[in-house]
Amino acid sequence: MAHILLRHRDIPNLNVFEVYKKNGGFEAFKNAVKTMKPEDVINAVKNSGLRGRGGAGFPTGMKWSFMDNKSWPHYVVANADESEPGTFKDREIMEQNPFQFLEGVALGSYAVGAHAAYIYLRGEFWQVAAFLDERIAEMEKAGLLGDKLFGTEYSLRIHTHLGAGAYICGEETALLESIEGKRGQPRVRPPFPPAVGLFGKPTVINNVETFANVPMILANGADWYKSIGTADSAGVKIFSLSGRVKKPGNYELPFGKTFRDLIYGEGGGILEDRPIKAIMPAGASSSFIVADDKALDTVLDYASVRTLGADLGSASVIVIDDTVSVEWVVNKTLHFFKHESCGKCTPCREGTYWMLNVIKRIEHNRQAEDVSMLYDVAKQMQGKCLCALGEFATMAVTTGIERFPADFGR
Amino acid sequence: MSLMEKYPKEVKQILAKYPPEFKRSAVMPLLYLAQRGEGYVTKSAMTEIARALDITETEVASIIGFYTLYHDKKEGRYRMQVCADLPCALRGADKFLAELCGNLGIRVGETTPDGTVTLESVACLAACDKAPMFQIQSPDGIEYHENMTIDRTMELVEALKRSGQEGR
Ligand SMILES: Cc1cc2nc3c(=O)[nH]c(=O)nc-3n(C[C@H](O)[C@H](O)[C@H](O)COP(=O)(O)O)c2cc1C
Ligand code: SF4
Ligand code: FES
Repeated sequence: MAHILLRHRDIPNLNVFEVYKKNGGFEAFKNAVKTMKPEDVINAVKNSGLRGRGGAGFPTGMKWSFMDNKSWPHYVVANADESEPGTFKDREIMEQNPFQFLEGVALGSYAVGAHAAYIYLRGEFWQVAAFLDERIAEMEKAGLLGDKLFGTEYSLRIHTHLGAGAYICGEETALLESIEGKRGQPRVRPPFPPAVGLFGKPTVINNVETFANVPMILANGADWYKSIGTADSAGVKIFSLSGRVKKPGNYELPFGKTFRDLIYGEGGGILEDRPIKAIMPAGASSSFIVADDKALDTVLDYASVRTLGADLGSASVIVIDDTVSVEWVVNKTLHFFKHESCGKCTPCREGTYWMLNVIKRIEHNRQAEDVSMLYDVAKQMQGKCLCALGEFATMAVTTGIERFPADFGR
Repeated sequence: MSLMEKYPKEVKQILAKYPPEFKRSAVMPLLYLAQRGEGYVTKSAMTEIARALDITETEVASIIGFYTLYHDKKEGRYRMQVCADLPCALRGADKFLAELCGNLGIRVGETTPDGTVTLESVACLAACDKAPMFQIQSPDGIEYHENMTIDRTMELVEALKRSGQEGR
């Protein structure tokens, strides 16, 4: 099947303006602004079944329809923070197929009546931001962004904003704080961003990959998109495959393939053909999946992965083989979360601190009491944190101890 | 010289991105601008940014403290930030980092005696399929180096040392 998102793998130089244009580029946006009502664009996205690709899988069209039409102006924000360990798909989209992403942002902006959109990139994507700035300038020059587009009253500007190294800024309300020039700490919700978002105004926030789908949906129709994938999860997904596989990388697959297809088909199997042991389907925030035959034959979509006691999240699939101890993996994830906790709420700030201390003790001298204490601290954090980061920090701990007890001497 | 004198065009472009009543948003891009040249934000740049955006110096300092890519003191001209996070570590990043320490003769967090390279260990940089990898943060920006070997890294360090001396 031809790629829908990673189209640059089929069409060389797709990141060149003329090449993108020659391949049908910007037609969907032009057509929407000239001939469609904003509601029609929202309905097309709703009917396509597109769900957000940033982690939570929330239906995109529905999110757009929540925008408060009594409060103006409206804003659109693209989440290009991409900091979940194991995730590297948005970067490929922005570097190789940037115009499709930008056209998606433009379509989203038109759909919700926004005249300004911000792309929030992690600070490390300094070169990507400079590259996008040039692509945006090309679109402005060609009359695709700016004032009174295509002879209508609609105007749109897209700006990039660089973060500066903080995983928490991927959380949407921390991200908004960061654009507002503050420390990136999550807001208390409600209100949710479609009611009160950037600069206190209604705001739609979507992941880069989510936006990249939109031009294709508008160009080919909601029914076409819905016919791809499964009943639960429509369309295609980019899987960032990493860890102990022969061919790590991004793979675009329709929902409905299996872990086996991904890891052994696309990924070429495990390094040195060793036995697979565990899968983390959503990066460092994942629950561990025991990689038995049942798991490997499980279908990749949001609902099916849940039957394995895990979430698909952003589909950053980290593969672990029998050379690796789950205790060591948990140690790595706790270093990450202790470092990235923003410190705003006590359960997460204190909990990540304690969990890291205890796992370090376990690393040097494993004691049954310490393993129990680690498990208890994680359990006590669950459900008490202000944002999902605190919860994420506990997932590898609890599922690691429950599903791989031998690795903790149990 | 003040930021506004040194980079008038950039400052104007940055301020134009945000609604005038929310000019505080410009603090992050202005801090990047302030780091150009020296690689860290000087006290006087902090004062200038605070004044320009009608916020306190404490607020500017707290932003610098919160985000890891801002620095308020001089260290190595090049910060070599090696990813040793889980996916990279599953592909040999820890070993790479240890060998690099040996070759540079410094530990993680330290700077080479000539002041060229500060070695750091950082979280995932969204390049997990290209381990071992690192980024180099310099006063001019950030550059990725992927699928690296120790030999190629040491060649790069030599090149940085040479260009560092020329720059002086
Ligand atoms: C700690 C944390 C980090 C997150 N990081 C990202 C990220 O890097 N990129 C992203 O798109 N969403 C991230 N999210 C999810 C966002 O909060 C938000 O749900 C998402 O951007 C919505 O877009 P979508 O509906 O298109 O998925 C993160 C959430 C949390 C709690
Ligand atoms: S859960 Fe952690 S990251 Fe989220 S607000 Fe609380 S301290 Fe900050
Ligand atoms: S873990 Fe190193 S780049 Fe992702």
